[in-house]
Amino acid sequence: MGDYILLAISCILVNNILLAQFLGNCPFLGTSKKMETAVGMAMAVIFVLVLAGVLTWTTDTFILKKFGLEYLRTISFILVIASLVQFVEMFLKKSIPALYAGLGIFLPLITTNCAVMGVALLNIKEEYTFLQTLVASFAYAVGFGLALIIFAGLRERILLARVPKPLQDTSIGLVTAGLLSLAFFAFKGMV
Amino acid sequence: MARSVVQEFTKGLWDEIPPFRLVLGLCPVLAVTTTVENGLGMGLATTFVLVFSNILVSALRNIIPSKVRIACFIIIIATFVTVVEMLMQAYAYQIFKKLGIFIPLIVVNCVVLGRAEAFASKNGVFRSLMDGLGIGIGFTLALGALGAVREVLGAGTFTLGRIIGGGFSSVGIGTLELWESAIRVLPQSFQPFTFMVQAPGAFVALGLMLCAMNLIGKK
Repeated sequence: MGDYILLAISCILVNNILLAQFLGNCPFLGTSKKMETAVGMAMAVIFVLVLAGVLTWTTDTFILKKFGLEYLRTISFILVIASLVQFVEMFLKKSIPALYAGLGIFLPLITTNCAVMGVALLNIKEEYTFLQTLVASFAYAVGFGLALIIFAGLRERILLARVPKPLQDTSIGLVTAGLLSLAFFAFKGMV
Repeated sequence: MARSVVQEFTKGLWDEIPPFRLVLGLCPVLAVTTTVENGLGMGLATTFVLVFSNILVSALRNIIPSKVRIACFIIIIATFVTVVEMLMQAYAYQIFKKLGIFIPLIVVNCVVLGRAEAFASKNGVFRSLMDGLGIGIGFTLALGALGAVREVLGAGTFTLGRIIGGGFSSVGIGTLELWESAIRVLPQSFQPFTFMVQAPGAFVALGLMLCAMNLIGKK
């Protein structure tokens, strides 16, 4: 049990997917201008990442490794993720319209979110077991949400500040992300 | 479509250079640019995928039904990523190992999908080839430049590596041994600014480079 808690903490804080592993930075900068969209994106990522992590692990273990097809990993993972996203979208639209209204526009964007594909590949690279994959995927997704929401809060404050013209928008956003990353860097010694 | 073929190529080098003008594909930009060699290697791999996926997408643009086009584009891109993965494993194993999971992740690089959707699906094969080449070379230069800033400040060295350095030495500029090793460009007394090669430095360096681009561009 302790191992799993340690794994979760290391995935959320120490190896934070956005700020230490640099995965999923496009939505990080794209959807962090408003708190509302940031929360929507964070929820959608948590939802899809856990499902995708488990599904890709299953595909890899029971199909690719069994038949010696590891070289098809990239192409099969992206297919699994793309069809999963499509399926989740259709399922939510039909059965949970309230949740669909909240996540709706963020779902299609997730197919090309490298956080999802990246975590799927990291799980395989670290040779996690099924349970570890589940914990790690969830923890990475929570770490993504945490960093995204903190960053959205910071960016809302920056709107009120007077930023020199060439630094405006993405540029100051990146510098702020650097400072936030520095804060997360301090967790390095923890695990 | 007033632009000439040459302009389709050159726009990728400044006007629409990713990741500065088109803020897309940031993940590899931030993650692999700890040295010049890694940045250029990543850029070349992306260029390869970009050129070939652009060619195939534009060749098939009248056959692919528009409703499932994104899925088709992704399959085409994934195919070429698999090809580049295997080629690098065979001929450039050192750099393949350094870039790690970021090679398979070219599949989800928004620059590649973005060009397929925004350009190749609407233009002819030759124009798409030029567009892919231009954007790809722009991306490579940007990665190389960021890698150079981070490596020189963070470690005081400059590494071109076997592949690019091999190209230089074959036309008589320097020797392969020189390019392959890390060249010290700052004096020994320089205290390396390690922050730059670590994770937070990536964001700050890119942010400041974007700021510099804005300063030059807004004249």
